[in-house]
Amino acid sequence: MGCNASTLAKIHNVDELILETGFSSSHICHLYNRFHSLDKDDKGLLNRDDFQNISELAVNPLGDRIINNFFPDRVDLIDFNSFARTLARFRPVENSPKKEPDSPEPINSRANKLKFAFQLYDQDKDGKISNNELLQVLRLMLGVQVTEEQLDNITDRTIQEADLDGDNAISFEEFKKSLEKVDVETVLSIRFL
Amino acid sequence: MHSPALFQIVVLVTSAFFAAWTADFPGSDASVISEILEPVGIAVESSQSSAPPLHRQYGIDTGKIASAAARAPVNDITDPIVIPTSPPGNQHRETEPVSFEIVKWNWEHAHGPFLVAVWIMVASLAKILFHLSSKVTTVVPESCLLILLGLGLGGIVLAATNRTEYQLDPKMFFLFLLPPIVLDSGYFMPSRLFFDNIGTILMYAVVGTLWNSSATGLALWGIKQAGLMDEKVDAGLMDFLLFGSLISAVDPVAVLAVFEEVHVNETLFIIVFGESLLNDAVTVVLYKVFNTFVEMGSDKVRAVDYVKGVASFFVVSLGGTVVGLVFAFILALTTRFTKRARIIEPLFVFLLVYLSYLTAEIASLSSILAMTFCGLCCKKYVEANISQKSRTTVKYTMKTMASIAETIIFMFLGISAVDTSMWTWDSALVLFTLVFVFVFRAVGVILQTWVLNRFRLCPLDRIDQVMMSYGGLRGAVAFALVILLDKSKVKAKDYFVATTITVVFFTVMFQGLTIKPLVKWLKVKRSNQHKPTLNEELHERAFDHILAAVEDIAGHHGYHHWRDKWEHFDKKYLSQLLMRKSAYRIKDEIWDVYQKLNIRDAMSFVDQGGHVLSSAKLSLPSLPSRTSFSETSVTNLLRENGSGVCLDLQVIDTVRSGKDKEDTVMHHVLAGNLYKPRKRYQANYSRHFISADEQEWQDREVIQRNMRCRLESFRSTKHSVYQSKGKSRHKKSQKKHRSSDVNGEVPNGKPKRNISWQDTVPVVMTMDSEEEEEDNSEAEKEEDEGITFVARAADEVLLERKPSSESPSTRNYQLLSTALWCTQSSHKKTLSYCTLGVCQSPFLLPPSPTCAEKELPWKGDQGDLPACVSSETTKIVPIDLQQAWNQSISSLESLPSPPVSEAQQLQCRTLPPARLEERGAPAALARPLQDPRFQFPERAAAAGRSSEEDSTECIQQQELRPLMSPDKQPRPGPSTGSAGARWPVQFNRAARVSLLKNLVTASPYKGSGQTDL
Repeated sequence: MGCNASTLAKIHNVDELILETGFSSSHICHLYNRFHSLDKDDKGLLNRDDFQNISELAVNPLGDRIINNFFPDRVDLIDFNSFARTLARFRPVENSPKKEPDSPEPINSRANKLKFAFQLYDQDKDGKISNNELLQVLRLMLGVQVTEEQLDNITDRTIQEADLDGDNAISFEEFKKSLEKVDVETVLSIRFL
Repeated sequence: MHSPALFQIVVLVTSAFFAAWTADFPGSDASVISEILEPVGIAVESSQSSAPPLHRQYGIDTGKIASAAARAPVNDITDPIVIPTSPPGNQHRETEPVSFEIVKWNWEHAHGPFLVAVWIMVASLAKILFHLSSKVTTVVPESCLLILLGLGLGGIVLAATNRTEYQLDPKMFFLFLLPPIVLDSGYFMPSRLFFDNIGTILMYAVVGTLWNSSATGLALWGIKQAGLMDEKVDAGLMDFLLFGSLISAVDPVAVLAVFEEVHVNETLFIIVFGESLLNDAVTVVLYKVFNTFVEMGSDKVRAVDYVKGVASFFVVSLGGTVVGLVFAFILALTTRFTKRARIIEPLFVFLLVYLSYLTAEIASLSSILAMTFCGLCCKKYVEANISQKSRTTVKYTMKTMASIAETIIFMFLGISAVDTSMWTWDSALVLFTLVFVFVFRAVGVILQTWVLNRFRLCPLDRIDQVMMSYGGLRGAVAFALVILLDKSKVKAKDYFVATTITVVFFTVMFQGLTIKPLVKWLKVKRSNQHKPTLNEELHERAFDHILAAVEDIAGHHGYHHWRDKWEHFDKKYLSQLLMRKSAYRIKDEIWDVYQKLNIRDAMSFVDQGGHVLSSAKLSLPSLPSRTSFSETSVTNLLRENGSGVCLDLQVIDTVRSGKDKEDTVMHHVLAGNLYKPRKRYQANYSRHFISADEQEWQDREVIQRNMRCRLESFRSTKHSVYQSKGKSRHKKSQKKHRSSDVNGEVPNGKPKRNISWQDTVPVVMTMDSEEEEEDNSEAEKEEDEGITFVARAADEVLLERKPSSESPSTRNYQLLSTALWCTQSSHKKTLSYCTLGVCQSPFLLPPSPTCAEKELPWKGDQGDLPACVSSETTKIVPIDLQQAWNQSISSLESLPSPPVSEAQQLQCRTLPPARLEERGAPAALARPLQDPRFQFPERAAAAGRSSEEDSTECIQQQELRPLMSPDKQPRPGPSTGSAGARWPVQFNRAARVSLLKNLVTASPYKGSGQTDL
């Protein structure tokens, strides 16, 4: 795949990136190639259209939202480093965590993985999943098979289940709590080449 | 293993069922055959047993009496190894009847099935016995106990008859005992987990088994060459390889039996268990290849044979899988069309999966693979298609059969081991085999894990590897295979048998015993089996989408990518093809979980209703954040399911036999004393339908309504508590709005509690079955909201009803209601029962499903509520239930048309038990009349103002309790439409009987006088 030092050299701050994301240089290389194959007009940056051109994403019900998660703070273009950092959240967690108290939280930590998922729901970025936001996601995921009424019920029930402080919304803490029995480290990881 | 006759029978049965299903053809033939089929199978085992000679002379020609279909396969599959114990001549001795004998002893006639039944009973009793002491079973695995029991029984039989009568017969094992276990494990295999780990499982199953068998075989051969083994062990390289192939396969039965009790984490379990299932292909091929080589003589084996062996592996494994998939497809497609023949749905599942097994056996493909994949793949569609009752039937039948098969296998393993005639001991062989089996397993696991961990997302750590090595249990498959060896070709068979038995016993007993302490000692990650929560289900679904998208973005077409593709394909084509339209429509896992949770909450709520009130605390199992509940595994859940909190709604309504009796009584009373209306009287017996959907639906609906009643009353009580305490609770701003509320909302200003009836359709007082009771998060609703009886003519409900409206049970109720109508009209003039014509004014009051269920009433503390113990269910029910009832009655009064007296009449009819038996409390009944629109919470708040009232209410409560029990209500039949009167009468069943007796047999005046009006 043409992975060599010259490719790496083209990447800005590559060492820092490797340190931060935990990707190996071959991972970075692979991702860089992918980045450029997505980057249709070689601008060195990706915009939303580039993502939307991925044909498989078109059938993903949450595709748009996931793409949005790649663009922090209403930025319309992302560079490779930002791209890699987002993907790095899905790196599997190493089995031997370095127990240094002052070391920064790794980018692929459980909290970061969950944060990504949380942001899918939390569209208005107020740190809470409201009834309406959850309903929207449910609607996307369940499609036409379930009636609005059922969706309503499920939404209510879900929020009620997770809602600990009674504000009729799921905060990130509650979100984490509701998934504490799930092996998020494994479930939200993919194997990069 | 080949059984053409058996196969034909199964095909026959299947075709019979197809016929029954297509043409509503009386299923008698089919059921006869199926009844025959079962004894046939197990008769194999018992055909070896000898009849006591005393009785033999009385034997009547058995063959002629028993159906030909049953006997033929028995003869066919009787194993040659079995020593024929009874001389054939004795069997059919024709005795000239000298005179008429009053009693004949027909032992020969039924001894086969009899012995089978006895054996099964012994096994089952043993199981009960073991579980009497929970201490024993927590330490010693059941399989060990069963083997020990088998050893004991075998010893007794041996001592008594000086001959081993019974042993594990390979044919019986492969054709009848193994399939239930494989079916159970395949069908209930967590498919997601299985496919998530499919790579690892395949690796262990294929490479691991190959490695194990070749290494063991070669090493044993090396020991033999080194001269460490007895000279008499006459075996060459091929023999040892053959032995290695059969001894190296991890056995699914043993693994399941042991691992089920040790709750290791799911990944570990699925890997070991999946391996034990999938290695069948390798075992079968290796066994066959080496067996052929041994029989050919190793010097004649040419290179091309090895190639053939390799090719055979692919054919056997892939062929088995394909057979399984084809049958899964057929099965799914078949169940799509069984709507009219629900009763045979479960049989289809069993038959077709079993057919897949037999087909694979016939084609000498891997039958275990076929069955596993058939069960695994059909499940999703089958479960969606078949009815809830069928699902329960399938589940329990499968579990029962698997459990019995497992019990018998282990018991017979023990019994077989007693048979010293067939084994010869060689310490060196046994010892070295044990060592090699264990060592090579460990080595294989470590090597493979090292390779696998480079690819696995979550690597298997050391502890996992230890467990995997230690969990390599050998079992009955190895034993059956070694028994199948041909003694004339494999000279050392006796040695191999002895060694196999030892290895099996060692692994099952020793490793089985020590695995639990080992798990504890190593702190193996246990399974964190917990009840699914909606959040988890929902978020995990989102995670799947995220991962698929991330893989797409990263340009790496990995597992998630393909799974996403598959799910897309499945949704778009497969599900549409294989699922019923209705099932497909509502099929969604999140929705499923939601419903399950609701049902569970409802059930647990009902179950601990008393405790709720007494301790003012309700633990909701599905809300772990609020309460802690002991975590149990699925196994335990299944075991305890019968006794503990019943999760399955359908189980509930199968457990009332008393009601059926009352039903019968009532039916007789009615049938004997009532006018028989035209067109009403039809035979209501059908072999095809045990219970119609109608009744099922009714039951569910009634339970739901009861739940709703209770919830409402609880909630209202809580309101009152809060009100009286002056607490202002946080109100949810967001009100619920339902766009799909077909019937619209009750207009404001009117009390929302209505009993509404409908004239056009036979749906009276129907709750929306889709609505659940406590699904809403709104903490508070309007204060005046009480019970709502909703008559909702939901489309689905109607759809469900119409086809089944002619079913017998419905007819019962139609009969009943018609009868009531007759009674009613006969008393019309004198008693002004025509007041029920109230209902003639068609109250199509728009029901509002929204107002019925708003709140989890147990959220928060609830103060001390007065409670009454109902004698019927020994559950404590709040007094407010009574209030709610009164309230709902009172809402009748608020309806415009009926005058008060009429309403009273109606009330009398609606409340027969209360009125009939409790005449001393007219005030309590009169009050609702005075206050037709009373506000419930206020009343509840003021509930304590009169202790006398309370006590009467208490009594009333007791009387009314049966009303709230999952009771069926009479449904007006269409014929009553002539009078136009519909009455949604709710009766206590017993009271209904007595009332009807009074009405029918006694004078009408007397009957009315009892209502003290």
